[in-house]
Amino acid sequence: MQVKLVNENSLIIYFAESVSIETADFINYVYHRLNEDLGDVIENIIPSYTSILLSCHSRKIGLQAFLRLVNSALNNLHSSQIDDFKPEQIELPVYYGEEVALDHEDISQHTGIPFSEIIKLHTGEYYRVFAIGFAPGFAFLGNVPTQIAMPRKKSPRTNVPKGSVAIADRQTAVYPNQSPGGWQIIGRTPINLLDITTKNLSKFSMGDQVKFKAIDKQTFLAMGGVL
Amino acid sequence: MTLRIKQAGALSLIQDLGRFGYQDVGVTVGGPMDNHAFYWANRLLDNPPNASQIEITMGPFAAVFEKSTTFSLCGAEVVAKLNTRIISNWHSCVAESGDVLSLSFPKKGLRTYLAIAGGFDVPKMLGSTSTVVRDQFGGMTQQGDKLRDGDTLPYQPNVSLFCRGALKQFIPDYAETIRIGVLPTYQFDQFDEKAINTFLNEIYTVTPLIDRMGYRLEGATIDFPDQNFISEGIAPGSIQIPANGQPIVLMRDRQSIGGYPKIGCVCNRDLNLLAQATPGTKIQFFLQDLFEAEAELQQEQHYFYRV
Repeated sequence: MQVKLVNENSLIIYFAESVSIETADFINYVYHRLNEDLGDVIENIIPSYTSILLSCHSRKIGLQAFLRLVNSALNNLHSSQIDDFKPEQIELPVYYGEEVALDHEDISQHTGIPFSEIIKLHTGEYYRVFAIGFAPGFAFLGNVPTQIAMPRKKSPRTNVPKGSVAIADRQTAVYPNQSPGGWQIIGRTPINLLDITTKNLSKFSMGDQVKFKAIDKQTFLAMGGVL
Repeated sequence: MTLRIKQAGALSLIQDLGRFGYQDVGVTVGGPMDNHAFYWANRLLDNPPNASQIEITMGPFAAVFEKSTTFSLCGAEVVAKLNTRIISNWHSCVAESGDVLSLSFPKKGLRTYLAIAGGFDVPKMLGSTSTVVRDQFGGMTQQGDKLRDGDTLPYQPNVSLFCRGALKQFIPDYAETIRIGVLPTYQFDQFDEKAINTFLNEIYTVTPLIDRMGYRLEGATIDFPDQNFISEGIAPGSIQIPANGQPIVLMRDRQSIGGYPKIGCVCNRDLNLLAQATPGTKIQFFLQDLFEAEAELQQEQHYFYRV
């Protein structure tokens, strides 16, 4: 671990040089511990693949004192506690019908795999929430099987429909709201991912494990899905 | 008891100091592009520092006070009139019921802050009124909507306060060439000497591609060897160097994480100054000591939050 100052009230903790499940587990643990230990002086906390960016309330604490608090919190970590922060497992229903899988032809062509098989591969594993960003509730999930990895579109769509499930390289994600976006769209979930009236706000939290489950059109519509 | 917008201009947004505490789920902080002008506009009215204001980018802007109150204007150099009378910027001023405030297109600077005694009475979303258009958060209907002609913003009628102005030394000069202090953080140490020298010795120009998310600059190319970079949290003022070597300074509506190397961070004081820069403005970067910058921030907070 390496702690570096960033600006007048921010610092960043680096945990590793490359992305791995072990690092993600550890970051998830540290993220929860820092929130618990230093919650009242933390202004914002941004966990990501290999780092956590922290800013403090500069009216409550100076940068040097904040750095000392963070260092002492980091010195009090116990790897045995990592298991106390076991990630939540979430199953998300997805309709993979051709009318919502806007890029099903492209991805089949690119990978040489029939779309029905792509669905099987996509729903076959648990994906880890490595980071949340780009838009509120937009979780970067990984890693999809190499056979169905596909680069982003050359020219992004101006309007990706809300709930769209998509792939970019070995990552997959769900668009919580209608927005521009360049990922390859393979389905749509009827589930609302962002609800500002709930405590967690977002369906996904850092470290969660997400599995997609294929549903048919009727179920999609019955669950409130919009075509 | 409302302010009725007659002309919203290019981009007028409700802002408070920002939406804090939700970046871990990807929610943008937002808040005033120029905190310094925002703090002053509230201070001139004895408002709490976080009271909601209108951030007027470019304008022209016009609005009617439907009840008497006191208001203040800080930021860009504009011709401001109350009915036909010219009024001072960086000043508070009394408005009677029916008075019309009008602001010209700025002569210098880009953004004007209009504060009202007690603050505008608009609903909060996740603890903030700040409008973030991209997130569809905040604003009049809490869907990230910018202000439109005909919108009415409620406020509490207020006994007239004494009118006063900001001290001269606190009013920045939005010059054609500005010096911007950079904190040598993030990947600063990983740029080679040639890249650092280029960055600190060449003049960069503000391009027309500027918005609340980021300011794209152009000038001599800054090279960074490794463009395969793992996304990490982005602090305000981060200076990204993408593959084309042209810096992008990330502003208040920046995304929470990003995957470009960063040559440092613009210090708080100069991020406010940069937020007032228009396309064509020349920028000279210089290295700013982090702890001096922090002392300045602490001093500013102390000044604006004192009771």
